[in-house]
Amino acid sequence: MAHAKTGGARTRGLKRYYDVNGWLFIAPAIGLIGLFLIYPIFRSLYLSFFSGRGMMMKFAGFGNITRLSGDPVFLKALTNTTIFFVVQVPIMIVLALMLASLLNTDRLKFAGVFRTAIFLPCVASLVAYSILFKSMFSIDGIINQALLAVGIIGSPIGWLTEPFWAKVLVILAITWRWTGYNMIFYLAALQNIDRSIYEAARIDGVPAWARFVHLTIPMLKPVILFTTIISTIGTFQLFDEVYNLTEGKGGPADATITLSLYIYNLTFRYMPSFGYAATISYVIVVMVAVLSFLQFYVARERS
Amino acid sequence: MTAVSANPAVPASRAGRVLPRAATYVALSVAAFVSVFPFIWMMISSTNTSIDIIKGKATFGSAFSTNVANFFAQVDVPLVFWNSAKVAILATLLTIAVSSLAGYGFEMFRSRMRDRIYSLVLLTLMVPFAALMIPLFMMMGKAGLINTHIAILLPTVASAFIIFYFRQATKAFPTELRDAAKVDGLKEWQIFLYIYVPVMRSTYAAAFVIVFMMNWNNYLWPLIVLQSNDTKTITLVVSSLASAYYPDFGVVMIGTILATLPTLLVFFVMQRQFVAGMLGSVK
Repeated sequence: MAHAKTGGARTRGLKRYYDVNGWLFIAPAIGLIGLFLIYPIFRSLYLSFFSGRGMMMKFAGFGNITRLSGDPVFLKALTNTTIFFVVQVPIMIVLALMLASLLNTDRLKFAGVFRTAIFLPCVASLVAYSILFKSMFSIDGIINQALLAVGIIGSPIGWLTEPFWAKVLVILAITWRWTGYNMIFYLAALQNIDRSIYEAARIDGVPAWARFVHLTIPMLKPVILFTTIISTIGTFQLFDEVYNLTEGKGGPADATITLSLYIYNLTFRYMPSFGYAATISYVIVVMVAVLSFLQFYVARERS
Repeated sequence: MTAVSANPAVPASRAGRVLPRAATYVALSVAAFVSVFPFIWMMISSTNTSIDIIKGKATFGSAFSTNVANFFAQVDVPLVFWNSAKVAILATLLTIAVSSLAGYGFEMFRSRMRDRIYSLVLLTLMVPFAALMIPLFMMMGKAGLINTHIAILLPTVASAFIIFYFRQATKAFPTELRDAAKVDGLKEWQIFLYIYVPVMRSTYAAAFVIVFMMNWNNYLWPLIVLQSNDTKTITLVVSSLASAYYPDFGVVMIGTILATLPTLLVFFVMQRQFVAGMLGSVK
């Protein structure tokens, strides 16, 4: 009896020691995340039920949500962000996959040089590369001149002045910055694949494109899913590039304004509408959550 | 199957190949050129006048010293650099300290409650910053921290991504080392400090590179919080120079070079750690 009792107390003591240490190690992180991540996300939700400018806020119920549907700038920002997402993410991921499989070629010379070069854009700050692109894509700039010289275009393109081309420029810029980033993930995954699988497929007469579609892509599915979700979150938060390409305006004529830029403008450029801006931020939260869920769902369905 | 791939008579070089060899080199060269060109453009343009830059002059000019002089005349370079370095280094060290403690804690002391909290932490990875910035700005306003570097540090130090990174890495930490240390009578914090940290130094190095880059390049939150010229970081200064109605691109190029140089340097010196840090999350 006595023996069992002391044994129990010792186990309890150990368990407590274990628990106390467990909490101590994670305490600073939990405190910071609670205060600067969890609390603000609920605070945003709360704010979204209020309207008014500056500190003069009054309860508005779902008034802000009704206001969204009649706000042309919001609708424009939502459309633009969606276009960037739908067009840019697939282009980038396919491009990154292709580059990764090219780099994974056996006995490729200068593989390290190619890899470093293609990865280099990841080092550039979003602000710095946006400014570089702005100077390269000016109306008489180097890109227009090169395109004219090769004969692809007959007259200079207004990359920064025409709504359609401004969108194209944003897409080109993001693709430049992030393709190498995604490629590195695919390359690492490809290098873990057993080469004999490819060899067997090749001997069985499976053509190269079919090996890519039916072998490479299915085997990389978890990584593709991961990068797609990362890119989705990134695209819906698009801010730095658009702000620095268009002097913070999202122009021409709101052609490149994104949800994040609109929130910034509503909050920090004009007399702040905290409540309405918070409502728009929740549009981003919902879209990211729904799209991530869909991507998980699609990936699971096929496996 | 094994026999085939092991047989040197059958060239394995065609395995997994999508394009013929020559086309592979052409495609990769084009991609490499496109990737590197803006950096070359930045270098060339720093030697040209603003007018030459927007007219697409692609050869080196003679305006470099003028651009540098103008940049130094318009910007308090040592102060701005000091601000950037201070914020980036402090944020990086704090983030790594807090996140590695948490990563270790979550992995080594598992309980149902802590596992649930960890799932919640992971969920915050999906929260876009736009949904946080308004309450954060109001909080910092109430605390009187607007226009201070502390306001930049506090929210950036709470990084779910780096906690995740450290927890994943901790799975590879040999538990025998911990058990042996316990037998020797070391306390948990001593095990962490004297055994875990040295053993995991490559994990720390990779985390350092990644977090430093993120913080050095951080833009939106500093843009909101830092409002006077004496607190601004290099990214903010370059951005505001470039947003002028008639920006002097020659001067701006000096700024982009200075803003890019530290990250470029870190990248070339620690490329292996950089890639390892990035990939750490998918292992």
